[in-house]
Amino acid sequence: MKYSIFSLARAALSGHKTWKPTWRDAAPKDRYDVVIIGGGGHGLATAWFLASEFGIRNVAVLEKGWIGSGNAGRNTTIIRSNYGLPGNTGFYELSMKLWETMEQDLNYNAMVSQRGVLNLYHSDAQRDAFARRGNTMRINGIDAELLDQAALRKMMPFLNFENARFPIQGGLLQRRGGTARHDAVVWGYAHAASELGVDIIQNCEVTGFVRDGNGKVTGVETSRGKIGAGKVGMAVAGSSSRVAAMAGLRLPIESHVLQAFVSEAIKPLLPNVMTFGAGHFYVSQSDKGGLVFGGDIDGYNSYAQRGNLPVVEDVCEGGMALIPMIGRVRLLRQWGGIMDMSMDGTPIIDMSPVEGLYINAGWCYGGFKATPGSGFVFAHLLARDQSHKEAARFRLDRFQRGAMIDEKGQGAQPNLH
Amino acid sequence: MRITCPFCGERELGEFTYLGDAKPQRPVADAGEEAVYDYVYLRDNVAGVMSEHWYHSGGCRAWLKVTRNTLTHEISAVEPAAGAGAAKVGA
Repeated sequence: MKYSIFSLARAALSGHKTWKPTWRDAAPKDRYDVVIIGGGGHGLATAWFLASEFGIRNVAVLEKGWIGSGNAGRNTTIIRSNYGLPGNTGFYELSMKLWETMEQDLNYNAMVSQRGVLNLYHSDAQRDAFARRGNTMRINGIDAELLDQAALRKMMPFLNFENARFPIQGGLLQRRGGTARHDAVVWGYAHAASELGVDIIQNCEVTGFVRDGNGKVTGVETSRGKIGAGKVGMAVAGSSSRVAAMAGLRLPIESHVLQAFVSEAIKPLLPNVMTFGAGHFYVSQSDKGGLVFGGDIDGYNSYAQRGNLPVVEDVCEGGMALIPMIGRVRLLRQWGGIMDMSMDGTPIIDMSPVEGLYINAGWCYGGFKATPGSGFVFAHLLARDQSHKEAARFRLDRFQRGAMIDEKGQGAQPNLH
Repeated sequence: MRITCPFCGERELGEFTYLGDAKPQRPVADAGEEAVYDYVYLRDNVAGVMSEHWYHSGGCRAWLKVTRNTLTHEISAVEPAAGAGAAKVGA
């Protein structure tokens, strides 16, 4: 089904009774050229790019629950490309550019809103670090503006500029950053991939790998039977270690819980996405009016998809320190998602040591913004057996080679990234 | 989640600091690169019952070995683990 102003008008005139399901809920076939494990944003984007860019249409996406039921539907919907390290800068900008054309490419409204992403700074040293990152971005053709306190006072007079511990001196703004409706991203990729013949198979949990005499992966065992595959790609961030273990692999990853929060809806308040790194707090406002915010991961290994109260308290304190007036706003909901915390805070998109198995993992808490870029470079890897140039540093063996990409400089301590 | 410290009793999570999986042992000084890589970077990342080290930083400052289910956060045992932090960094 093609969406347009005309299809909308036609459906409206017929009382909205003519809409068809936007994607096909498929039953598994015996064999596919490529099987993607994980029906989140990354898996579905990979399938769509395989079909649309690389001409591989005999593709299945296997999802143990329903599509978008994991982190794709649990994140805080932020998109940005304000990274400073080689390896990250180019990759996230590739992803940002794909966000800018996604809705036209997919024929789906993902509510991409380039309202700007602002990182606050509180000291001369932090300003210098931000200036450096902004310059790195601009040298690489990415927009960045360093704003002083006067500019921020004009933009958001309600911030607590005179905070005793972290007075707000200014911020680094990427105007092209912003938000996108996360569920619509999942449905959009599912819609477009399905149109090109990709099978999206739900309630289909992978329980093992099928290997030939040489150890090559030739398919997967699932809760809906055996499915043969030319190649298998896993995009199951949060559960990467569990899936990789079925192929006998141990990964440089720990699973941690990250919480997110939304307040009751209020009138338009925040013009952008704002991060208060010093206070472990970031926030934006959804189109419905709720303040969507979060902070750090809880800090202990977890697969529970729910967190604990110390972080709730810490995040809310951060919010109060930055915007004292939100103390009057009631918290509506909180939830948790399981993060693939890699040992340097950077993802892994690579062939695995097991032939036929490809890994897309280790997204930490930054996977959503990478959705289109991750799909594109993972499809490139699956189709050509070669890393895309913008993902060439996201190798699994970089820890052995000492080629980490540690944007936060925290070392191999995943709960600090 | 609350942890029952063997020295202080049941305390809230905010008093404790997490170190991680208690299983990896720091390799001896002349162990090969492979052993060090394994120790520093690779994890079992257990989904289920896991033994782990916590530090009672907001209390008695003792190292503890906590047996906890990572799927449910249920804690089944807490015991003293003196020296666990120092052993981790080879001090």
